Amino acid sequence: MAIDARPPPPQLVAKLRRALGGRSGWKGLLAQVLFVAALFWIGYEIVDNARDNLANQRIASGFAFMSHTAGFGVSQTLIPYQESDSYTRVFLVGLINTLVVSVVGIFFATVIGFAVALARLSPNWLISRIGGGYVEIVRNLPLLFQILFWYLAVLGSLPSPRQSVSVMDSFFLSNRGIVVPRLAGEAGLDGFLVALLIAVAAAIVLPLYARRRLFATGKPMRVWPWVLGLLIGLPLIAFLIVGKPFSLEVPVLRGFNFVGGSRIAPEFVALTLALSTYTAAFIAEVVRAGILSVHKGQMEAGASLGLSRGQTLRLIVIPQAMRVILPPLTNQYLNLTKNSSLAVAIGYPDLFSVFAGTTLSQTGQAIEVIAITMGVYLLISLVTSALMSLYGWRINRSMGA
Amino acid sequence: MKRVSIVVALAIAVGLSPQVAGAQNPKAGSTAGAEKKKTTLEIVRENGALSCGVSQGLPGFSAPDDKGNWAGLDVDVCRAIAAAVFDDPSKVKFVPLSAKDRFTALQSGEIDVLSRNTTWTLSRDTSLGVNFAGVSYYDGQGFMAKKSLKVNSALELNGASICVQTGTTNEQNVADYFKGNNMKYEVIAFANADEAVKAYESGRCDVFTSDVSQLYAQRLKLATPADHAVLPEVISKEPLGPLVRHGDDQWFDIVKWTLFALVNAEELGVTQKNVDEMAKSDKPELKRVFGTDGNLGEQLGLTKDWVARIVKATGNYGESFERNVGSGSKLEIARGLNKLWNKGGIMYAPPIR
Repeated sequence: MAIDARPPPPQLVAKLRRALGGRSGWKGLLAQVLFVAALFWIGYEIVDNARDNLANQRIASGFAFMSHTAGFGVSQTLIPYQESDSYTRVFLVGLINTLVVSVVGIFFATVIGFAVALARLSPNWLISRIGGGYVEIVRNLPLLFQILFWYLAVLGSLPSPRQSVSVMDSFFLSNRGIVVPRLAGEAGLDGFLVALLIAVAAAIVLPLYARRRLFATGKPMRVWPWVLGLLIGLPLIAFLIVGKPFSLEVPVLRGFNFVGGSRIAPEFVALTLALSTYTAAFIAEVVRAGILSVHKGQMEAGASLGLSRGQTLRLIVIPQAMRVILPPLTNQYLNLTKNSSLAVAIGYPDLFSVFAGTTLSQTGQAIEVIAITMGVYLLISLVTSALMSLYGWRINRSMGA
Repeated sequence: MKRVSIVVALAIAVGLSPQVAGAQNPKAGSTAGAEKKKTTLEIVRENGALSCGVSQGLPGFSAPDDKGNWAGLDVDVCRAIAAAVFDDPSKVKFVPLSAKDRFTALQSGEIDVLSRNTTWTLSRDTSLGVNFAGVSYYDGQGFMAKKSLKVNSALELNGASICVQTGTTNEQNVADYFKGNNMKYEVIAFANADEAVKAYESGRCDVFTSDVSQLYAQRLKLATPADHAVLPEVISKEPLGPLVRHGDDQWFDIVKWTLFALVNAEELGVTQKNVDEMAKSDKPELKRVFGTDGNLGEQLGLTKDWVARIVKATGNYGESFERNVGSGSKLEIARGLNKLWNKGGIMYAPPIR
């Protein structure tokens, strides 16, 4: 049977393509300019139309409300906030809460996701079935359900502050969250911090140096004893020289709640747990697909070099798999960030809850608030994806080398 | 690939532009006066039903009963308006709204009237493009706490965790109250009241705060209502009432006077039972109310017998109160401030004349 010739593309599309973008030079440029102009015109019409309609309905518009006093409390703030602060401050509080829960969630989701993927690929029957079971159960239950499960069923069933579980009378676990002693800075704090900073910097630079030396001279170098020594030793020396840098502030139950110490609220714990375990199930599948995409000959080659399974995975397979893993992994990171807006169901004051929720209903400035919120989520997503692309570019470059 | 997507985008843009131009027409019309905008009354009549925004389920004010029919004090306002417009209290489409979404729904025209325990405040009246038609319930904010906490006054709540519904005046009042009394607190805000109450019940918060009427209503939903007590302090004024969009004075009048008709009917002693009898009365006041003298109803854009229609549908304000939140209901809230002005309360309606 003769193979039919490929049919020509439909006339209309071909014509349009020729008229607009198909040709280079000034005609193509003109089409682009006209297109951008049309976009701007449409955008202008939308804004103008909305503004007129709002004015006709006598609905206040504009961004002046951002400097007005918010007048409501927020339960968890990483920057100082009080009721008399402005809506701009509320916006920042919400934004920081969203970023914190996203970053912490992404970290744990990645760790759990990789672990589950490796478990699922493990030759051990039991471990691989546990990994598979985790993925199937977690990704098939709605996220909102999981958030409420952690919040109401797990954390909600913890005892009240007065009956809280305590360790050494300084760590407390109750339905108000986890309360731990806080380190309050004293006179010698600066010297101590400098020593710690130097130790951390050295711990980052040393492995890089060792790696370079390995490539240059072929001599391996044991890094971890040095790093460990520095991390413990330097602060210790500083401690001996400048004296006690911290005093420990132990939380005490007074009245309804704990006074003093630092507290991790149950809303944050529930949201982080739910987001990271849920997204981890998807990341596990992404990682598994990535590792399976690397030819099994690579695994065998590693084994024939005498590397262990762990070394083969870490040094040979995963770097190659990263190229496949990265784009869908980025999607999962973006999903996690956007899903954090479900926080509104359990009262975690994220951006969506305090800004697109409370601020919106207090001020009634729906269009402005939603526009800002959309813009911020878009920006977070674009930055995340840019960072991931940068990482992907580095991997590609090192593979090419 | 890039070029194809540009072509597609342009095609979409071209496809959209007539609509953009079309959307512009009403604006051009209103400025030039060439095209008349439809009034809310006309829209409601055309749709064949009143679209009424209510709460997502607050017993006594607006909640579906065991047969799935919406009932409550706020619901009766919707039914009374429908009765005045259509002579049929069932011609209402109820739209359950969260505290956060209610104003947007009204502004955007999704609903014709919002009757959802909403507090009348200056900023809401001026900046949201809405008009409050009056007060259907005088309320105030209070606190509910577990009896086991042994708290007898809101002034003992220093350091307490407080569950609240987000986007309400309650959230700001509680901030004012604690600041004013130099007390610390932690507020956990939830998107709707049910979630806030659930968190309160699970022990996440020591206290749940809301309008006192709501505290009684929500307490009914708890597993053991008897374990929870409403504290005596009332920390704010919460006049609740229906509201409409700015810019349609006729519709504003209809909603406002429907509310006044309910209150006036109670004052005149007109009830669901005796309304037909009273309509035949020779008293000049009743003749004006029932439209046998003058055309007050028609001035509103309704019919002469509008008050009779309303009272037949829902009863007068007192009847509606007793049935939904008062002694005839599970809530058993005392009339208190909501008694008529001549019976010791502040419920007062301008005369129908």
